[in-house]
Amino acid sequence: MSAQDEADARPVAIRFRDPQIEMAHGAGGKASRRLVEGLFAPLMFANATAPLGDAALVDIGGTTVAITTDSFVVKPLTFPGGSIGELAVNGTVNDLAVSGAKAQALVVTYVLEAGLPTSVLEAEVRAMAKAAHAAGVRIVAGDTKVVEHGKADQMYVTTTGIGHLIGGLTIDPSSVRPGDKILLSGPIGDHGITILLARGELDFEANLRSDTRSVLSLVETLASAAGPGVRWMRDPTRGGVATSLNELARDCGLGMVLFENKIPIRDAVRGACELLGLDPLHIANEGQFLAVVAPEYADVALNALALAPGGNEAQVIGEVREQPAGTVLVTTLYGGSRIVDMLVGDPLPRIC
Amino acid sequence: MPCRLKANCMKFVDEFREPALIVKTVDEIRRLAGTTRHYRIMEVCGGHTYAIYRFGLKDILPENIEFIHGPGCPVCVLPMGRIDDGLSIAQRPDVILAAFGDMMRVPGTQGSPLEHKARGMDVRIVYSPSDALKLARLHPEKHVVFFAIGFETTAPSTALTVMRAKAEGIHNFSVFCNHVTIIPAMRAILDSPDMRLDGFIGPGHVSTVIGCRPYEWIAQDQGKPIVVSGFEPLDMLQSIVMLLRQLNAGECKVENQYQRVVPWEGNRAALRAMAEVFELRPSFEWRGLGFISQSALMINDKYAEWDAEKRFELPGIRVTDPTAAQCGEVLKGVLKPHQCRLFGRECTPERPVGALMVSSEGSCAAYHNYEHRKAALTSLSASA
Repeated sequence: MSAQDEADARPVAIRFRDPQIEMAHGAGGKASRRLVEGLFAPLMFANATAPLGDAALVDIGGTTVAITTDSFVVKPLTFPGGSIGELAVNGTVNDLAVSGAKAQALVVTYVLEAGLPTSVLEAEVRAMAKAAHAAGVRIVAGDTKVVEHGKADQMYVTTTGIGHLIGGLTIDPSSVRPGDKILLSGPIGDHGITILLARGELDFEANLRSDTRSVLSLVETLASAAGPGVRWMRDPTRGGVATSLNELARDCGLGMVLFENKIPIRDAVRGACELLGLDPLHIANEGQFLAVVAPEYADVALNALALAPGGNEAQVIGEVREQPAGTVLVTTLYGGSRIVDMLVGDPLPRIC
Repeated sequence: MPCRLKANCMKFVDEFREPALIVKTVDEIRRLAGTTRHYRIMEVCGGHTYAIYRFGLKDILPENIEFIHGPGCPVCVLPMGRIDDGLSIAQRPDVILAAFGDMMRVPGTQGSPLEHKARGMDVRIVYSPSDALKLARLHPEKHVVFFAIGFETTAPSTALTVMRAKAEGIHNFSVFCNHVTIIPAMRAILDSPDMRLDGFIGPGHVSTVIGCRPYEWIAQDQGKPIVVSGFEPLDMLQSIVMLLRQLNAGECKVENQYQRVVPWEGNRAALRAMAEVFELRPSFEWRGLGFISQSALMINDKYAEWDAEKRFELPGIRVTDPTAAQCGEVLKGVLKPHQCRLFGRECTPERPVGALMVSSEGSCAAYHNYEHRKAALTSLSASA
């Protein structure tokens, strides 16, 4: 028996015990993580040693490439600032970007509900082509499935992307050190709150747009200005900034201390969150990224981003400390503090 | 007409979070509190409990001011049997159950509304009772049941919705009424022999409806000061200043810190709507506090057609909480959340055993989300 066969024969521990799948398992928070770590990882990526990131790095014939995939089931299909097609391209380009890779090619899968007006599909295909052009990535292949009317909600899109590594960037949560600075590319919560309001279920409106965009050029700016100082990146989509930083805190065993007054949030987002009892740190974003940079690189990173298009609202929002280990803590100007956990449950269903 | 979030929509909030004023008020509290006396203050309302943790107020207040978390979280005090009753109505294929988001993860004996929804039950989240009525208009082929919970804060909007259903002749809509009233619960707590309190931070939202007069017996008969308070950090800190001033002067009065919102006499129109639609139940079970007489509202005979309890057969089975869970002691303020046997182990916000761990206003959830790992840290560094 080879060593590999022996490894395969070893019983794997399935820790996922939830009796059924619920919306929360897809919401990007604690339940999602439990599903991935408790069921998918032990059965499918038993030999993976790296922490679960936004993309996998694979060696192909001596070249390392990054690969990732993402499905989009957003409702409504279009919303102020974007649409499902645009999200599907930017989401995957961004997952690669924050893994330190530049998207080269995308593969697209559509699941369509019979009865979907062609005009709706065409608009989304156009949106995808435009977003791909803007992000400098080619769409090279695709697949289409149609299900009976009523068995899906209009259309779902899956994109799979492959990219090559951006020179000078190494993303590794275990390289994060106390004293490192936590950088955020711009205001949070725009996407999640825009979608919530676009559903029309709430009797209030606001002048807000989704932040959906490719963050690739900003990541490239960061890489060329402060590449050696960049330790970790993540795009805080479902589950928001709080969930991304909680995952980092857990992976590196350090504390993430945020300064409440430094976190950029538009007033309309704060207002909606106050009214609905939501924490902006849990709200999804589709065009922002978080980066942890070595302290000596923080100023140069921030200055470079500030000069780049779309980067002028970037901020250092906190820093890494020894304590509270494994935890995200938000501090206020008057000396109070609170712990911010990962998202529990599903405050805003189907936002990406 | 939808409400519009304006660019300056945070103005009236930010003014009450002004760091310089907060620091100044905390200094005043330190001066008033001194070091010799211990102050036990109950914040009645779950919204205040949430604010204490959300804004980290415990970090900045002197240690001799202790908050005792009160029973003012409507989701938390609802006994499990009532959740089962509501879900039993929703088992019917022609029924849509409409509930506030807070209710969705509260466990019944066969799982929470959310778990029932995942199994195919038609449960919808609404943000107001009028949204539930809107659902009824949209789905004339279905019967929409609104799972009504809350203190006097939400009861008027339920009453107005029932009145509108009657006026518009909407017959596929009814209310499963679980509205409760705050005063009998406060009386039950004050009657509890193991409770030692110095004063109350009075509920802000409830008082916008009932006003301040209903609290006068607390000052007059029980000799405890009470300050009706807003929910922003400065509101709460100012209320503590007002309480300390009374306590230090040996006074006990009802005071109103939240004057910008709470009229002394309450909201007469809201009270009229409640009187039109509701009557007092002879008795109602509260989780952790047991049966309290005349502590809850039911829909009166005039509106019986819109009363889900009269329209549908309910199991009405009393369910006792898991014996290991100590929700009752926590609700009464006898135990702190982390002193419960299940806290943070069997009972977490993700897998709640008791309702206090579900609602953001539940003291266990607030403590778990914002505080308990901090407490662990402090004890670590203290022992190091």
